Amino acid sequence: MSDVATFNAHPAVAVQAESPLAISRITVATLTSAQGAGVCVREHALLGHLILRGRAADEGFRAGVEVALGLPLPLKMGPVSRDAERGVSVQWMSPDEWLIVVPQGEDYATEARLREALSGHYAVMQVSGAQTVLELSGPSALAVLMKSAGYDFHPRNFPVGKGVSTTLAKSTAVIRRVGEAQWELIIRRSFADYLYRWLLDASEEYGVFVAR
Amino acid sequence: MLHIYCPHCDEHREEEEFRSKGEAHIARPPEPESASDEDWGNYLFFRKNPRGLHHEQWFHAVGCRKFFNVTRDTVSYEILETYKPGQQPVVTAESRNGSASDKGAAK
Repeated sequence: MSDVATFNAHPAVAVQAESPLAISRITVATLTSAQGAGVCVREHALLGHLILRGRAADEGFRAGVEVALGLPLPLKMGPVSRDAERGVSVQWMSPDEWLIVVPQGEDYATEARLREALSGHYAVMQVSGAQTVLELSGPSALAVLMKSAGYDFHPRNFPVGKGVSTTLAKSTAVIRRVGEAQWELIIRRSFADYLYRWLLDASEEYGVFVAR
Repeated sequence: MLHIYCPHCDEHREEEEFRSKGEAHIARPPEPESASDEDWGNYLFFRKNPRGLHHEQWFHAVGCRKFFNVTRDTVSYEILETYKPGQQPVVTAESRNGSASDKGAAK
């Protein structure tokens, strides 16, 4: 265990927490049910996000991460390690950087497990407050992404399970394909309102349902 | 739009994801204290501006946020290769002209 001072961002008493989209106004016509909607938008708010830095070449580091997360550390761009049942995922962001997403409230325990299992030159950063997750699903979700970003979303280049960090609507996002017609966008807090409204506006023509 | 291959991401990406960061392979004088003013000035301020083959640094700002090197033709904009920092270019002015001079030597 390292002697780095850590901080549990979740207070013992219940307090009201708001997602970055709490103040967003929806200005497009939305459907009242997912039935017949081309695109379904759902926010997965207040999840635990951690940035892990370390040396991929270090065997001890890779083994430690696997012990702490129960998932293998992805060593190249693209394939996201994911345990859908536990809601834990690890994505390669750069040769020495990974994004870990865990269910709400589990970030502090995950950080502690990582610090327990790792030693030497590494870093764990708590970024839960900096970003949020939007889920796009439905038959037209792909069309919305294709007209909003320059990346090649064709299944040939973007199979299920892949995740990339790229440009989206003049901003940036981490985009992951969870299922054939299901996508996960990890967006920055400061751009959340803009991107949310962009995506709703882009989805309006296909019929959009906002799940809450 | 340029389609640039990032050697870290192992994939071609849109130019929009990258930033050009100027000339590559600029060596810092090993002993700054004993370097002449001219050498230090050249290191800090003077850059090549070739017409033709150029080795440049690029930054994958929106992707992996890592630097890498690009060998690019400044006339045609053609990217001849990309490689990681610390590696040496395969395509150089010499290797490009080399084939021509080889032919010349054969005559």
